[in-house]
This record gives sequence, C-alpha cells and structure tokens, in this order.
Amino acid sequence: MFSLENITRIIHEWLNSHFNPAFALLSEFILVGLASITLFAVLGLSLVFMERKVAAVMQIRLGPNRVGPKGIFQTTADTLKLLMKEGLVPDGADKFLFTLAPFIVMIVAMLILAPIAFARNFQIWDINIGVLYLSAVSSLSVIGILMAGWASNNKYSLLGAMRSGAQIVSYELSAGLSVLSIVVMTGSLSIKDIILSQENGWWIFKAHIPALISFVIFIIAVTAETNRAPFDMAEAESELTAGFHTEYSGMRFALFFLAEYINIFIVCAIGATLFFGGWMPLHIGQWQAFNHIMDYIPSSIWFLGKTIGLIFLIMWFRWTFPRLRIDQLLNLEWKYLLPISMFNLLLMTLVAIMGWHF
Amino acid sequence: MIEEIGRTTEGDLIINVGPQHPATHGVLHLVITLNGETIKKVEPHLGYIHRSIEKMCESLSYRQFIYVTSRMDYLSSHINNHGCALCVEKGLQIEVPQRAQYIRVIMDELTRIASHELWWGAMAMDLGAFTPFFHAFRERETITDIMEKTCGARLTMNYMVPGGVMAELHPDFQKDVKDFIQLYKSKFEEYNELVTGNVIFQNRMKSVGIISKEDAISYGCSGPVARASGVTCDIRKLYPYDIYNKVEFDEITETEGDSFARYVVRLKEMQQSIRIIEQLLDNIPEGDFQAKTKAVLKLPKGEFYQRVETARGELGVYIVSEGGTTPYRIKFRSPGFSNLSALEHMVKGLKIGDLVAAMGSLDLVIPDIDR
Amino acid sequence: MLNEDLKLKLTEILPAIIFEEGGEWLNAFIPPEELKAFVKQLRFSEDLHFDYLFCLTCIDWKTHFTMVYHFSSTLHRHNMVIKAKIDRINPEIETVSDIWRTAEMLEREVYDLFGVKFLHHPDLRRLIMPDDWEGWPLRKDFEDPVNMIKL
Repeated sequence: MFSLENITRIIHEWLNSHFNPAFALLSEFILVGLASITLFAVLGLSLVFMERKVAAVMQIRLGPNRVGPKGIFQTTADTLKLLMKEGLVPDGADKFLFTLAPFIVMIVAMLILAPIAFARNFQIWDINIGVLYLSAVSSLSVIGILMAGWASNNKYSLLGAMRSGAQIVSYELSAGLSVLSIVVMTGSLSIKDIILSQENGWWIFKAHIPALISFVIFIIAVTAETNRAPFDMAEAESELTAGFHTEYSGMRFALFFLAEYINIFIVCAIGATLFFGGWMPLHIGQWQAFNHIMDYIPSSIWFLGKTIGLIFLIMWFRWTFPRLRIDQLLNLEWKYLLPISMFNLLLMTLVAIMGWHF
Repeated sequence: MIEEIGRTTEGDLIINVGPQHPATHGVLHLVITLNGETIKKVEPHLGYIHRSIEKMCESLSYRQFIYVTSRMDYLSSHINNHGCALCVEKGLQIEVPQRAQYIRVIMDELTRIASHELWWGAMAMDLGAFTPFFHAFRERETITDIMEKTCGARLTMNYMVPGGVMAELHPDFQKDVKDFIQLYKSKFEEYNELVTGNVIFQNRMKSVGIISKEDAISYGCSGPVARASGVTCDIRKLYPYDIYNKVEFDEITETEGDSFARYVVRLKEMQQSIRIIEQLLDNIPEGDFQAKTKAVLKLPKGEFYQRVETARGELGVYIVSEGGTTPYRIKFRSPGFSNLSALEHMVKGLKIGDLVAAMGSLDLVIPDIDR
Repeated sequence: MLNEDLKLKLTEILPAIIFEEGGEWLNAFIPPEELKAFVKQLRFSEDLHFDYLFCLTCIDWKTHFTMVYHFSSTLHRHNMVIKAKIDRINPEIETVSDIWRTAEMLEREVYDLFGVKFLHHPDLRRLIMPDDWEGWPLRKDFEDPVNMIKL
C-alpha cells in the first residue's frame, strides 16, 4: 500500500547507487530543506484558509468564495499582496534587530520541525532527546518576539511584546509538565519510542485520568503559547495596540503571520504525537483483527487527521470565547494550572509505578 | 488608534481612545490619564457628530422636525419619533385613535429588541468574542425586514406623525411578527448559554464599573444603567403614555450596579418586550391609523415636555412655542449624555481592559449625545 | 405632594417665588441670586427631596435669557420646573454641579451654546463646539455666513 517511507527509501537508494556517500548525504540535506520550506508555504496557506472558512461556518456566513473555486486561492492572493507592500522600517528603529526578528521566529519554527514524525519511518531526525529538544527550541521564539517589540521604537509595541513574553514564558511551564507526564509513562524522550509505545493503544486511553488532565492542560497552555484567543490580549484590535508586530508591514509581517499558523500546526502535531499516537493507527490492546483493519489506512493520513482535528479545536476556541484580561491570564497559569499540573505529574508517576494503566 | 499626547509631571501617561474605533460606539473620543495600567481620569471630548439639530428644528415645521430626530439615537428611531409626536399632540390636545396607539407601542417594543440585540453583539465583540455579533444581527435582520415592509426603511423609520402613524400596517405584519417571536424564543437560550453563563465573560464584567444608587441618581442616569443600580425609573411604568398602562410587564431592576447587572437587565428587558408584543399583537382594534389634523400645525403659546423610555434611557422632548408654525426652542434631553457623565466615576482606579467592558455596558450611541 | 402643598412649602422657603399657571407641572420663577440657597433646600429637605435633575437648559428671549431646571423626586414622585431670568449682555449664574453631578456636563453644554457663565463650576469650557470656536451658536442673533443657510 501507499506509504511515504517508500519514497524516501527509493530516493536514498538511487542517490547512493549513483554518487559517493558524502555527495548523496549533501543532496539529501538540500532535498529535505526544500521539502520543509515547501511544507511551510503550503501549510501556511492552507491553515489561513481553513481558519477563515471555520470562522465563517461558526458565524453563519460563507467566508472567502470568490478567488478561485470555493475561494481556495484567497491566501495566495493575500500573500502576493503582502509581498508587494512597502516594507517600512520606522525612523528610530534598530535596523538590524528589526530585520532579524521575523527570521528568528521563522527559523525556530523550522528547527522544531525536525523531530516530528509525519508517517512511519518518515522523520527528519530522530534525536534521542526529541521531546526535550522541542521544549528547549520552542522557548527561543520568545527572543524573536521581544526583539521585535524592542526594535520597533514604539512604546506600545514594547508593552505588547513584554506582555506576550510574560505570557509565553509562564505557560511553557504547564506545557512542559504535561509533556513530562507522558514521558514518565513512556520512559523515553525520543519521539519514535513514544509513538511505538502506543502500539497497543493511545496514551490518552491507556493512562486514562492523568492523561486526560494532562491533555486539557496541554491544550490550554499551547493556546496561550501561540498567543491565540482567548489569550490574545497582547495583540487584540479593540484593546490597546496591535502588539509586538505593529510596526511590521510587507514581507516581514507575512513572516510573522505565517509563523503563527505554523506554530499552531507544530504544537498540535506534538499534542497528537504524545496523546493520540502520532502516525500510529487506533489499536485496541490485543484485538488483532481490528488492529489489522486499522493498519490499512496509511499512517500519514492518521497523523494528518489527528493534527487537523486538534487545529480545529483550537480554532473553535478562538471564535467562541471572549478574551481574558492580562492579569486574569497570568492568574490562571500561576495559581491554577501550575499546581494542578504538578499534582498531575505525581499522579501519573504513581500510576506508572503501580501499573494502574492499560 | 492610540497615541500618546502628553505626560504630566508625576509620570502619568495621557492617551487618546478614538475617535475612530474598530468596533461600534460611534465617534467617541476619550482622553485617559493613566498611571501604569490604572486609570486616573477619563475625559470625553464630544462634538464630532454635532449637527446642531436643536437649532435646525427652530426653522422646521412641527411635522418636519420629527424626522430629524430619527437620526439622533438611530437605534431607537421609532421611540424618538414617538416622543416628538406625543409632545406635539400634547400641545394640540389631539386624541390618537386606539389602533394607532397599539401600532405605535408594538413598533416601539420591536425597536427596543433590535437595539438591545445590536448592543449585545457589540458588547461581546468588544470583549473579544466575535461570533455573538453575527448571531445578534441574524435576529436584527428579521426585525428590520418586518419594519421595511411596513415603514419603508430599515434604520431611520419615519413612521410616526402627530395624530398616529403614517400608513397602514402591511398585511403580513402580524404573521411576520409571530414568526419572529417563535424564532426569538428558541434563540434566547443560545444567548444565555454562549455568553451569559460563560465564566470568562462573567469574570470580565462582574465588579467592573460599579455605580451606587445615590450616584446613579445624582449623575442623572436613566434606563438600564440606573435600573441596574436599583433605581426604579422606567417611564413606561411611572408616566405611561399611549397604552402602556393597559399592558402587563415587569420592570427589571438589579442591585449590584456593575457591568454584569446592566447586562442582565437588558437581556431580561428583551424578554419583557416580547411579552408586551404578545399581549398586543392579536388585539389590534380596527379603526383609523391617524387622527384628522390640520395640514399646518400651530402649537399654542407655552411649553410642553414629554418623556419617553428609549432603549438607552429617558428621552425628554421640551418644546417652547410662541404660537407660530415652527418651534421657538426645542431641547432634547438625551439619555446618553447623562450616562456618559457617569463613566469617569465608574472606571476610576480600574485597569484599561475594564474601561472597554464598562463602556460597552453603558450602551452609548454618540449621535444621541452630540445631537 | 400635590401642587397646592408644594406651592405653600416653596413660598415658605422663598417668599420671592412667583408661580406660573398652566402647564403640566408646577412652574416657578425665582430671582437668580437666590438660586443656590433655594435649590439646596429643594435637594436636602425631607419632604421635598428633589434628587433627580433631569433637564437643564436655557431659552433666548432676545431681551433676556431664562435658565430652566426640571427636577424630579425618586422618593415622592413629584416634579417641578424652576426658571430664572438672567441678563443677556453678561449672563452669569451660580452652578448647581456640586449638588447634582449631572449638572457638570449639562452646564458646560449651556455655556458652549449660549455663553452663560456658571460661577464656581469646576471645569467650564466648550463641550461640543471646537475649542477655538467664536460665538454662541444657539443664540437667536448668531450669524454664520459660511455654515448657516437661511431658507
């Protein structure tokens, strides 16, 4: 049956048979780089379109439906427009940092792509500290945001960037603890091991209650990390300013904009990997017949389906809830989510030791 | 939208909110003095939409000036026109036929529901939830379609004349309104589930913008703003006009005086309006829709004051007449003007995020304030 | 309280009061110098208790101005109208904004449109017209060849 790992295997064998190994490796690097850039572009375009259509359905209207059949070229048109806009650098702004900030955010997004497993044996880099790598590198994006706010030479951008920074740094703790609780069950930080350990069932079913609590906290924390509603006080239109990216226009703004949607994809991918098995089909214990039927659906479809489901959930939040005030937001994290996630970690450890999971 | 325009010596920040807003509210310009995130002083700058309606009315006849008032508080245009028509009728001692009275009251209550719907959507949008706005407009569209069939217009319905209403009801009117009531009752539960019961909304609105009962009276607040602080001031109950003394409805008051109380008062008022419409809809008597009046109206020398309850509060129409065909002086006591003067008192000491919630709960329409 | 009782009570407080007949509510003229002391009595005396000032305006009678105050009581549910004639050349009257907070903005509006100076007002400046506007728009002799079109 169709499988993405066949493609990589064919390319790998073809390259190695025709060129020397060093050159083959180099050309594989280049191919992977190009593929991930293409993935970004496609993901960015389709997620923005998806957001607009989902918003339209929830608001009882149609959404974009003029540009292309059913409006599918809307985002392409928007990106072209952003490309052709004048990229203004404000007068007193720090030029170097101002130009660097969107690239940092983009680069961080690309780096995080490396350990994510899109299908069986279709992972760019299976590092043995996969989950730790993801947490560590995603923290770097705060630097990009603070840089953007500072370099804009605008008091309100700085305020917005500080708020965003405080919010992201706070919610990283809860997200990290939720991720850690699954690592406790798996016993390994590597993404491949985590997925393979879900062969007889996804962790959200196997480790019932603590995993459910972890999942809920994880979803709340990553919504806050990516500055999405209901946690988007720092960039809301009817509030004080447009946040740290006020002064950005043209292609630089497009980079921030796309980076936000790619971040959403990545955190949903991580959530799907940890709690729902990544590319692992739905297996129930030792029911061989059922498992065998589930295996017929290609693993890449499983992965995409789960990720898109979680993305839909996050978009659903945006169009339903109002915004939290900045002090209510930080209150929520430090007084409620952090103690609960710490307690949950203990609970999960207890469950793991006593073997009370499936 | 926001720009810093100065600093006082203690390190306070002076910023502008408006006059252009991403959401509704019209052209309200507030100059806020902040200390960090805490508000110290709020100063409204008015006049961006001042059209000198009072001066204009001095050269318009008694039939003409009514239609300028639709543009004052354009969300309760029927009620504004009703107030002006009643004042002229008071001066001329005209007896309005029963049929016209019933029609006027039904139109008033439909307008009240439409205005509260828009307020609900705009308030939710200010707080960050974008979806309720579309749901609110879905109901409002139904009402404006009904209005359009009878009155010919969707926003500034020039339908009331001194003596009654301008034209007969559309034959589909009763059926359309009945369908609307059915639709509305099923949707009202949604509103409560989506917005009222939501913890985030409640946290943003409870204990924000509190005004006590004595302060509400001293600042001249009226309408839902005063009723949420416990002041019974519904003009429909205290000084009933047309057939309000014959219908049964409750006056909704709450005691806390915060934004959430104002929110609940308006939601419950919508239900009371439905109750009034239901009582009147099937019993509209036959008869004339307009009393016979002279073509050119001349009020006798004297002064006449009429109070009506618009969606925002108490509108007063004060006509001073010298016996001519045009009024000598007209004063419109607008509800938004006094409600706005209470804004500074409400938000002193709160954070910027609370200003938005408090302003939304006041339900200000700036053309009403500037006239 | 009925109008007759009100009339008796008010004449007790201020003998110089003149009542006007005809009209929905009790209309009374008082000399402008007595305004402040009189309205304090209106507000704070127990059986009058006029705590709701719902309209404050001015009428230009070409020879003089008349300030009009509409009061209501939320406790006793009676209404009355107080009027005071003031001079047109140099219009001045005491402010009532320390008794009813709503008068702050209402008096600013009257100042803006008629030019009546309110003594001891906390912040008397233009409200609706631009800050550098010349003239008092609602006066009967206001001429503005640019903006006003005479029919």
